[in-house]
Amino acid sequence: MRTKNIHRIFFVITILAMLVTACAPKETAQPTSASTAPTAAPPAKEVPPVAEPIKLSMICRCVVGGTNANTANWILDYVIPEFEAEMKAQGKDVTVELVQFGGSDEELKARYALDLKAGSGNDLMAFDGFWTPEFAEGGLIKPLETIVGASYADWEGWSHISSGVQQLLSYQGQHYGVPTGTDARVIWYRKDLFEQAGIPTDWQPKSWDDILATARTIKEKLPGVTPLQLNAGTAMGEATTMQGWYMAFLGTGNNVYDFATNKFPVSGQAFLDTLNFYKTIYVDEGLGDARTQLLTDGRDRSFLSFRDGTTAMLVEGDWFWRSVIAPGGSAGMDQRNDLVNWAMMPAMTPGKGINGQDYVTVSGGTGFILNPNTKYTAESWGLMTLMYSKDSLDYFQTLQPGIKSRDDVAIPNDPILTAMAKTMLPLTTTRPSDPAYSENISPALQLMTERVVSGEMTPEQALEAFTTAMTAAIGADKVEEAK
Amino acid sequence: MEQRRPILTLKTGTFFLSPAIFFVILFLIVPFVWIIVVSFTNQSLTGATALNPEFVGLQNYLDLFNFDTWLTRGNFGSSMIITLEFVIGSAWIGQVVLGMGLAIAFYRRKGALREFVNTLVILCWIIPDVVVAFSWSAYLDRDYGTLNAILNLIGLGRPDWQLAFPLFAIILFNSWRGAAFSMLLFSSALATIPPSYLETAEVAGASFWQKQRDIILPLLRGHILTDMVLITLWTFNTFSPFLLTGGGPAFKTEVISIFTYRIAFKFFDFGMGGAIAVVAMVINFALALVYLLMLRKQAVYS
Repeated sequence: MRTKNIHRIFFVITILAMLVTACAPKETAQPTSASTAPTAAPPAKEVPPVAEPIKLSMICRCVVGGTNANTANWILDYVIPEFEAEMKAQGKDVTVELVQFGGSDEELKARYALDLKAGSGNDLMAFDGFWTPEFAEGGLIKPLETIVGASYADWEGWSHISSGVQQLLSYQGQHYGVPTGTDARVIWYRKDLFEQAGIPTDWQPKSWDDILATARTIKEKLPGVTPLQLNAGTAMGEATTMQGWYMAFLGTGNNVYDFATNKFPVSGQAFLDTLNFYKTIYVDEGLGDARTQLLTDGRDRSFLSFRDGTTAMLVEGDWFWRSVIAPGGSAGMDQRNDLVNWAMMPAMTPGKGINGQDYVTVSGGTGFILNPNTKYTAESWGLMTLMYSKDSLDYFQTLQPGIKSRDDVAIPNDPILTAMAKTMLPLTTTRPSDPAYSENISPALQLMTERVVSGEMTPEQALEAFTTAMTAAIGADKVEEAK
Repeated sequence: MEQRRPILTLKTGTFFLSPAIFFVILFLIVPFVWIIVVSFTNQSLTGATALNPEFVGLQNYLDLFNFDTWLTRGNFGSSMIITLEFVIGSAWIGQVVLGMGLAIAFYRRKGALREFVNTLVILCWIIPDVVVAFSWSAYLDRDYGTLNAILNLIGLGRPDWQLAFPLFAIILFNSWRGAAFSMLLFSSALATIPPSYLETAEVAGASFWQKQRDIILPLLRGHILTDMVLITLWTFNTFSPFLLTGGGPAFKTEVISIFTYRIAFKFFDFGMGGAIAVVAMVINFALALVYLLMLRKQAVYS
């Protein structure tokens, strides 16, 4: 009995000792070499402060050999080595680490929000432009002017980025980051499948009915091929809103946000028309595969299915062309240039599109922001400006041609992309700079389409649920009926 | 029961306990209170209400229990019903029945088969969640999954488990995953039954079912209740189905933990997320209370 008690006391003391050790501040680490030096700790006392090692980190949804591989290659092969060399020339010992995030955009957004709220995070963060209002309103990110100081405006790059493109990472007139480029959305289709179904390969539909007619032909002539994929559902996140809802809804003459009245349309016939378009495709006629829209990895499945020739038409951004199905991409097609073509997304009927247009598209953009919690403001901004120098973006163009933010960076030899930029950018529209868009409207639009394509609700029921939820969430004074 | 004599004075005892109490307060009580406070505000992680949250009274709770919409999928009532189905299906029917079946099947048996099955069952239990979820999503895939390959061979076609029967899929998954605990608990409970009871019954000519009904079940009653309350608690709070279905399609597998996660960490609505967490905590407390009362009762009997 007695020994047992002694054991117990000994046990408690051991635990206590372990807790005390665990809580005690760590011994200041002596840097053994430059690469293992701590990031946050002040320089060790006896080392002269001349060669203080600085460690920066940047994060993007990019993985070598995986998603957005070329962004990762650009940063690892050009941006980081160039920057480290430049710093070395100035006598600074700077190392930059790239955190390659392999999850979805939504997961990355959640990680950012939590990191920033906790006062930490990576020094440079790849950022989707439409998150800016929500994060800025929440005080999670700060304008470059606040972080860097007024001198941020002296960067030569600003004069080469049009004000419209600058807006992508701005909120209420303040810059929060630098955009890499912009994009546009179209219908991508497989020429080989069209040929087999006897459809001309210079296809350009003029109305939703044209799209449906083509899809019906393919369904009839090519069993086993999914004719058309128009994104729906919550699993695809913003890809549903941008590549799916926007592309159809703009064709009814409405925008997701009414820039004239500063209100969000939440009801009206235009909604029912769009939802019925979805219903025809996925529920009534089985022209699209609803599974792909509902499964958690549906977007990747849609890419692979297009690559394998089991999907004939896919509404996607130019990112799909330049990154996903580019040779070596995550669903790379060696024969891409021979097998794939694009068409403009038509309005519901000619002239019924937004601003009376026959064809519609929508643009977004991504870039990098500076983390307001960075400990090395000057170096981080230096890294950012080097990354968006002309030479750097030119290098990126050799890896993956795209519509870049700087006007002195041309699209190299890619006729498809050049033609697309020329045709689509004059027709394009952008998402609203209102936090309610990303917080409420966009997820609710995704849910509404999911309810229809899964057959769970009729368009009327789904719209009613949407109208009620959004009126309650953002206020009756901020919503209106669609035209 | 031996008489307990305090070996430490109250003062020394408090001193030794204080570090533990400090951490319990820091990591349990403070967040707990914080969640209750937040549930009365419209605090969010992003947007304007992140910096200037307002007190909204009971609004979050009223929204949760808005009976006009609460049974629509993706709302609180629907999620509670899904959770209930999930608990009954995977915890009560799946894990208790399967666990007890395995325990009784190998009761008083030795040999390679028992060791083999035991090892397999315990492996299901100790492999990390993510690995298990990944293999299950491969297993259940409509076109390439092992399960459908087998079913197809015997002429049963290729059911679309993840879309057509998503709730059944996660119930199957969780039963498979958790049966080991019940099996272990019941095995050790069975080992405490004096063999003479069963031997006497055999001499008296009792059949297999009579022995189960009249000897084993009554003696295991306490253990069954303990097991059910414990796994109900765990199943109620488990998040692993998220790895398989993400709560979808169309919220059909959105159990309460996934619902909380979606509101708080996907929509960043901490106020509403807090309100759900508070309701979930109340339910947890009720379950824990049942468990503690039962332990006390058993202690009195023994």
